[in-house]
Amino acid sequence: MKRRLLLLLPLVVFLILAGLLYKGLSMNPSDRDSALLAQEFPAFELSTLKDPEVRVDESLLQGEVTLVNVWGEWCPTCKQEMPQLLELEDRGVRLVGVDYKDTRELGRSFLEQYGDPFEVNVFDPEGDLGFELGVYGAPETFLVDKEGIIRYHHTGYIAPEDVEKVIMPKVEKWR
Amino acid sequence: MFLLRVSLLAALGLSAGSVFGAIELHSFDDPVLQQRYESLTSSMRCPKCENQAIDDSNSPVAKDMRERVASLLRDDRSDIEIQNFMVDRFGDYVLYNPRLEGRTYLLWGLPAGLVLLGAMLVFLILHLRRQSSAKSLSAEERARLNALIEGKKPK
Repeated sequence: MKRRLLLLLPLVVFLILAGLLYKGLSMNPSDRDSALLAQEFPAFELSTLKDPEVRVDESLLQGEVTLVNVWGEWCPTCKQEMPQLLELEDRGVRLVGVDYKDTRELGRSFLEQYGDPFEVNVFDPEGDLGFELGVYGAPETFLVDKEGIIRYHHTGYIAPEDVEKVIMPKVEKWR
Repeated sequence: MFLLRVSLLAALGLSAGSVFGAIELHSFDDPVLQQRYESLTSSMRCPKCENQAIDDSNSPVAKDMRERVASLLRDDRSDIEIQNFMVDRFGDYVLYNPRLEGRTYLLWGLPAGLVLLGAMLVFLILHLRRQSSAKSLSAEERARLNALIEGKKPK
């Protein structure tokens, strides 16, 4: 009789597989972890959006928990996201922008029009830094801890409710 | 009907033309490099477009990746190095055939494991059946059976 129970094994395996596959169906395929989690922020050396003469590198992200937001003037969702970034700035979060695949003029006029919550904007016209970060569409946001390690990756738009529910708890956790 | 078919075909041709027009694939003088370029770009999934290879997508990130594949090939990097380069940035997702490592053992092993399990079960079922049919005869029955086979009357 005990051995007969073994014959139920295919059913059990089938149920487990069906469960896994069913879970897979309900997952959002674009919602996947960045390959850079727990890695150092990639090295770069680029000028700032404000001043082509001023060069910045990854040491910009040392010493304080920072949200690195990858944006571009060409990105409509980035405009909708701006109020949330301004709110995060109000709450004392340090923000660094990466102006991704943009021109200086467009990037600057974007900030004039929609506000500028960023301490610095790294100007990334060719998208090289974006590529190193594995960015595949703006906006994307990375939380970098005091040691310059990437701790969280937010793909796409930070919705108004995400500020309180998602972003602030992560910032507090790594502070 | 004929007209409809022709216009449909024309529309298909036009849309295909416009899609392919936007995708610039690199070409190499060396046919070996060309071959490697083509197989690499068709084996990587575009991170933006969910299920298109990067040689088949006109999204900006796919274009950047094609360029990067081409420049890494020119730098004499191996296929594995190029794949690792992309995975380090975009994650395992970019490879249609994920690398064999801790996280992917289940993925690679499951089909073989299931076939093995199936074979074991078939074997087990046959074994059980043989045993039960052999067991179901008592000593007396066996004697009668033997007698019947030998064409004698049971005593």
